[in-house]
Amino acid sequence: MAFSKLWVLLEPAGDSFTSTSLEVLSQARTLSDQVSGVTWGAGSTLAAQAGDYGATTLYDVGALDGALPGVPVASAVAALIEREGAPDAVLIPTSYDGRDVAGRLSARLDRPVLTNVIGLRDEGGLVTEHPVFGGSLTVSATFTGEGPGIVVVRAKSFPAEPAGGAAAPVVAALPGELGSTLGATIVTSHVEERTGPKLEDATVVVSGGRGLGEASAYALIEELATLLHGAAGASRAIVDAGWVPYSHQVGQTGKTVKPLVYIACGISGATQHMVGMKGSKNIVAINKDADAPIFQIADLGIVGDVHKVLPALIDALKSRS
Amino acid sequence: MNIVVCVKQIPDPEAPQSFDASNNLNRSGKLLLDKADEYGVEMALQLVDKAGGGDVTVVSMGSAADVAGLRNALAMGAAKAVIVSDESLRGSDALSTAKVLAAVIGRAPFDLVLAATESSDGYTGTTPVQLAELLGLPSITFAKAVAIEGSTLKVSRQTEAGYDEVSSSLPALVTVTAGVVEPRYASFKGIMAAKSKPVEILSVADLGLEGQVGAAGARETITAIQAAESRQAGEKYVDEGDGAEKVVAFLESIKVL
Repeated sequence: MAFSKLWVLLEPAGDSFTSTSLEVLSQARTLSDQVSGVTWGAGSTLAAQAGDYGATTLYDVGALDGALPGVPVASAVAALIEREGAPDAVLIPTSYDGRDVAGRLSARLDRPVLTNVIGLRDEGGLVTEHPVFGGSLTVSATFTGEGPGIVVVRAKSFPAEPAGGAAAPVVAALPGELGSTLGATIVTSHVEERTGPKLEDATVVVSGGRGLGEASAYALIEELATLLHGAAGASRAIVDAGWVPYSHQVGQTGKTVKPLVYIACGISGATQHMVGMKGSKNIVAINKDADAPIFQIADLGIVGDVHKVLPALIDALKSRS
Repeated sequence: MNIVVCVKQIPDPEAPQSFDASNNLNRSGKLLLDKADEYGVEMALQLVDKAGGGDVTVVSMGSAADVAGLRNALAMGAAKAVIVSDESLRGSDALSTAKVLAAVIGRAPFDLVLAATESSDGYTGTTPVQLAELLGLPSITFAKAVAIEGSTLKVSRQTEAGYDEVSSSLPALVTVTAGVVEPRYASFKGIMAAKSKPVEILSVADLGLEGQVGAAGARETITAIQAAESRQAGEKYVDEGDGAEKVVAFLESIKVL
């Protein structure tokens, strides 16, 4: 394998690393024999999982004491590069904290970041693939110059598959001097209760867009999602309008979903939205504009008013149960 | 309370995008203030207002052939605009952009830097945090609420599970999500006032960054552009009262029902 070593940021989330972390780690081990994880907080207790998915070492930044991860983790990675030499690339899962680490590390190392990556190839150097213009084109890119590449990978770009490796030995990797950058501290964390499956894990996703007309009509989306044991999503337009929280957003700037079926209601299909859902196995679109771009990728398109079709659909499903 | 807001003038996001001959995004048409930046401008205006004094400065990089987008921010209430416009910046990556913005922002004292989480044309989403590192500032990204109490910044930050309440010393950098505040429409008086507000145009040489930024500073390159695997459109029906039935039949066919 061409790459002498790759490092993967492994974000702890309770008693597991995040699914995107494990996806990236699974792909990394196909590109290099020497794949190390970098984690923090409770991540050091997950050495068995890190090893199972292909990490040969787990670098532990340690407890963050309420600090947001971006500053201390990037500092620790930079210090680790000083100590052990640079990897070919640092691979980072797309997330709120992952993007912080990537930006901080980039400025510290004076190396560029490639974001929105959906493919990683070995062509003598590391080649990254990026969807552009709503996923209609794929751009391939590569790093030039000396130093590690920093790559931020989108969720669901690769399957997460355990390889049965032994638990990764944990090696301390402490942050260096942080100075004025370490001013932000988490005071309290709030968990918003969501019923039903998580948006990114759901088999069925029902999403609403501007065609709903008003915020109150989003209740139809939630009711339909519940009846189908699915999750409710949204286009950027209605998130920007404040109808639903950002955590519901599907698309370039939101979540990537690949459910068995994606039901787009009153969503025209802006490129920004398409890139987050066009990998769905089946797509159903309901929109009153017959020329809406969403119909170009829909397996079933209903040209109609969501205010008529959705209540009828909800009634039909209720009468079945 | 002096607040700097990073803004970007972008092509109409509703119009089709394309690459130019150098594989840079084609930005030759009319440019607008990125809608994602209006939230930062509004937030800055509200925070300055609450603090009882100070100025909002918008800072940008890109073509200054058309500054209507910056005038829009000035019409909303920002006091002045600075844009770094230089042919040598064509092909800048996010880190180069951060270096240019850091050089501009570092010229004068400030209490807070605001930016959108990412632009609506490039979507890289790393420039603000790179900028924070270059300026030696703490950063809080994905803010859904921002308040300043005395000399302490209080932010509700979006997380996978919900949100965190984060506090920080000032100066700091915050990226705001869309919907964090409702951007005001510029009033007629605001639009008239904006015409006489200063728009400072700087070159790379003015900032002493020759040879360090723009295409000269980019250490990544595009190797190929290919059409992605495309999906075929399936069946399309006009709803004649049977739309719901068709959806149910489809869901049965894929065994969701």
